[in-house]
Amino acid sequence: MKIKDTVHFQWYKSLFVVVILALCLFGSIWYTNADFKQLAGNIGQVSVFLRKLANPDFNYLNRLVDPMVKTLKMSALGTVIGVLLAIPFAFLATTVVTDNPIVTHIFRFFLNIIRTIPNLLLAALLVAIIGIGEATGVVTIAIFTFGVTSQLIFEAIETIDLSPLEAAMAVGANKLKIAVWAVWPQVASSVASYTFYAFELNVRASTVLGYVGAGGIGVKLNEALGLFRYERVSIIILFIFAVVVVVDAISEAIRRRLK
Amino acid sequence: MKVSAKCKHWMTALIVLAVLVWCAADIDWSTFRYFSWGSFRGTMASLFQPDWSAFYTGSTEDIFSLMIMTIAIGFFGTSIGTVLAIPFTLLSARNLWKNPVVPRIGKFILDVLRAFPELVYAIIFIKVVGPGPFAGVLAIGIHQVGMMGKLFTEEMERMDETAVEACHAVGANGVQTMFFARIPQLMPIYASLALNHFEIAVRSASTLGLVGAGGIGATLIFAIQAARWSRVSIILLTVIMTVFLLDLLTGWIRKKLR
Repeated sequence: MKIKDTVHFQWYKSLFVVVILALCLFGSIWYTNADFKQLAGNIGQVSVFLRKLANPDFNYLNRLVDPMVKTLKMSALGTVIGVLLAIPFAFLATTVVTDNPIVTHIFRFFLNIIRTIPNLLLAALLVAIIGIGEATGVVTIAIFTFGVTSQLIFEAIETIDLSPLEAAMAVGANKLKIAVWAVWPQVASSVASYTFYAFELNVRASTVLGYVGAGGIGVKLNEALGLFRYERVSIIILFIFAVVVVVDAISEAIRRRLK
Repeated sequence: MKVSAKCKHWMTALIVLAVLVWCAADIDWSTFRYFSWGSFRGTMASLFQPDWSAFYTGSTEDIFSLMIMTIAIGFFGTSIGTVLAIPFTLLSARNLWKNPVVPRIGKFILDVLRAFPELVYAIIFIKVVGPGPFAGVLAIGIHQVGMMGKLFTEEMERMDETAVEACHAVGANGVQTMFFARIPQLMPIYASLALNHFEIAVRSASTLGLVGAGGIGATLIFAIQAARWSRVSIILLTVIMTVFLLDLLTGWIRKKLR
């Protein structure tokens, strides 16, 4: 670091960033009609909620087990379908396998677009196109998983060791054989661990899937919210939280064994 | 008895397959029975014909100004989240406290904040400040406190302590080490995380409209319910392009920060 790089010589740059940030902040405050007075005045409402949320209705728990199992089943099925679809696309999105930058860029652009659709919007769209129900939930989860894991898988493929590829090429393997015998064994364990990661994300996302009627525990959450039964909302969220923690622990244990 | 590796692989595959079949058997697939290819093709056709005239009409309810609103919600929410996450980070970083109980309490608070989905916060804040973008801002802000607080804490705990030690050696107190050793090291990382969360916030701000918390989501859900697919298409296109451009922009800034 030279003396010219210190803040005393570069202060106008920092000032510029601060001014830009302040302008954006005040712009957004003005644009969103933020009214802190109202927030301060109605803060009592929050304590009403907190009181209800702090008293979860444990009797409701036994009616939640079935939807939760359903959610886990939907997530598992959707995750596996999504990952299976993601694998070929991820292979096509790397130059390692295709050797063709144009194809790679097209596939990457497509994957980026899939990834940017927020999953709640995706669910709403699919419910409108396919219809309401658990099957739609599975499709949504599959597409969401596809978006998340394809990115992770092609990043994993890009960091592999290239020498087995060279060896396979030297003995005359074609592209498909290289993909199956030289690339796949190197990324298989990462793919497995990404599958568990996606499963976790999907169990977490189940809360919002129910909001549009795509089945599982989210439907119960939506019902409880609609009926202002916050003691039920509280137990549902606690239950999801507990399940996520358990899933997290199991997948962590499996991922560690895979390494 | 020693099981060969190949046998083990087949066993694993078989178990996975059995679990999947068991999962699939229980799911209600009847939705697909009422599915008609004709209407699907019609929907898809109009989805590929975005209604550009709705993009900009000069009113405050057109898609362009709603998207700006969505970005503003994301920006303000992330600002609140970042600022509020810092005290929680100071509370829950293990290397700032000699007492092991305090960081555990801080982490527990962050876990609880993260456990609630944004939609629930949005519904709560709609009751507090009324439906509108400000409810979305608060929902995103509070949710981001949990997410960023966790990431900030992890970075704080992972940081290189040599500079801190050097400051201690020349007699600096806690506040001085904070300002001269910790902040210079953590500032670029925190800025990068905040930028990343700005993009995430814009994405969730575009969905919060579903419950009435402002932004583009409400318009989208109305268009979906009315089956106005070319309008749905232009809204989705706007959201996707905005998130894509923000991704590029924040990626560029984050690369510069490193």
